Amino acid sequence: MAGALTMDASSEILSAEQITELINLVKKIYGFDFSDYTKASLKRRISRIMLIKKMRFYDLKHLLVNDHHFFQDFLEEITVNVTEMFRDPSFYKALNSQVLPYLSTYQQIKIWSAGCSTGEEAYSLAILMGKAGLKNKSFIYGTDINTVVLKEARKGTYSLRNIKSYAENYNLSDIGGALTDHFSTVNDTASIHNSLKANTLFSVHNLISDTVFNEFQLISCRNVFIYFETQLQEKILNLFYNSLCPHGFLCLGSKETIRSDVFKMKFKPVNQKENIYQKIES
Amino acid sequence: MKAEENIIERWHNTDILLVGGSAGSFKNIFHLIKILRPDINKTVIIIIHRKRNFLSDIETLFAENCSLAVREISDKDKINKNAVYIAPANYHTLIEKGDYFSLDVSEPVWYSKPSIDITFESAAEQYGDRCTAILFSGANPDGAGGMLKLKLAGSLTIVQNPEEAEMSEMPAAAININGTDYVLKAEEIFELLTK
Repeated sequence: MAGALTMDASSEILSAEQITELINLVKKIYGFDFSDYTKASLKRRISRIMLIKKMRFYDLKHLLVNDHHFFQDFLEEITVNVTEMFRDPSFYKALNSQVLPYLSTYQQIKIWSAGCSTGEEAYSLAILMGKAGLKNKSFIYGTDINTVVLKEARKGTYSLRNIKSYAENYNLSDIGGALTDHFSTVNDTASIHNSLKANTLFSVHNLISDTVFNEFQLISCRNVFIYFETQLQEKILNLFYNSLCPHGFLCLGSKETIRSDVFKMKFKPVNQKENIYQKIES
Repeated sequence: MKAEENIIERWHNTDILLVGGSAGSFKNIFHLIKILRPDINKTVIIIIHRKRNFLSDIETLFAENCSLAVREISDKDKINKNAVYIAPANYHTLIEKGDYFSLDVSEPVWYSKPSIDITFESAAEQYGDRCTAILFSGANPDGAGGMLKLKLAGSLTIVQNPEEAEMSEMPAAAININGTDYVLKAEEIFELLTK
């Protein structure tokens, strides 16, 4: 049942101190720093893990200390990996009409899908570039902190049920043709065409602790900032700024904006509604 | 009469108004928006189940008919008084310590995103007894768990009478788990809010 995981009144309520304790423990043992994640959401994820695994706070702590395999499970559950192909069709329309004409003038178009999860966004971008005739000079890098989702991303296979739901987005994006044009289907699994997988690379990168690894013409980081406090967002905006070529583009989620006054001066909005920005050279 | 005075006093003593609804709730929520007084001195947070990609002009329509500022929530928006906040489609809305919203794209709850439960539970944790929560018509039980949490935290919880609601399941679910202080007709709810 979709609703079975709502916390009922009897589930253990975590205190702010317990959350801090857990954050410190994970940081100390595994080097992952969740201290600047938004608290209400993080707390909900932790409560959810406890509910799914039927454990109390004490058990969770015990497992994190003693079972390093469990940490992978924990990481997978604590980070939100829900994603869609062509999420927010109006965003893809804006990209197509306002950004691609500019990008097409580059010799090589390097795109970074930051926080790529299972790859839906990276492949949406690959399809978009293909439709615009730019696929051959595009390179798409997908990164995430979670190795399990990256494995899925590399496979590029999705259930037909999901594809059906993504097809609605695709049709609203006005790209032309059908989403299924880009997949071959066996039984109830759809695999993205090899031509679209070419020039894509998925690898581990931690936005919080890792540094610049390439220079990009476009960075798409959508629905990642919602999990970060504004001071952490600012740190990552700095990473993005330094990873973009002159006049490179930054795309945030449709409900995410640049809050930092410093970076409001360093990025100009290309499309305010879709939160597409362009780097200003200082 | 005593009970009636009590509910009015409790309404006056809260500074957050939470409103949830799904199928069959739009008309009543729209009416609620229209009658909100400009001197309400409360924050109004509205969660209506909406389909992703369903381009609606709820915000525009509400803004044109409301004496308070109406805004669709963006991530990290500050929560102010005398403002109406509407949860965006395809996100869950959470309330953070320090009076701001955060959004979340995780799994739907009761097939719904936004989930009324998630926002109501979050409000119960942050605001305890400071809320008045109202649940209107709907065809699924989302919101009931959140109402119970709010009630247990000391907030005032009211559901629309399921007998008059277009879809009774949502208010009935809240009543069934004993998550409600009052079961009122829509007209009675509007009357209370203008007091």
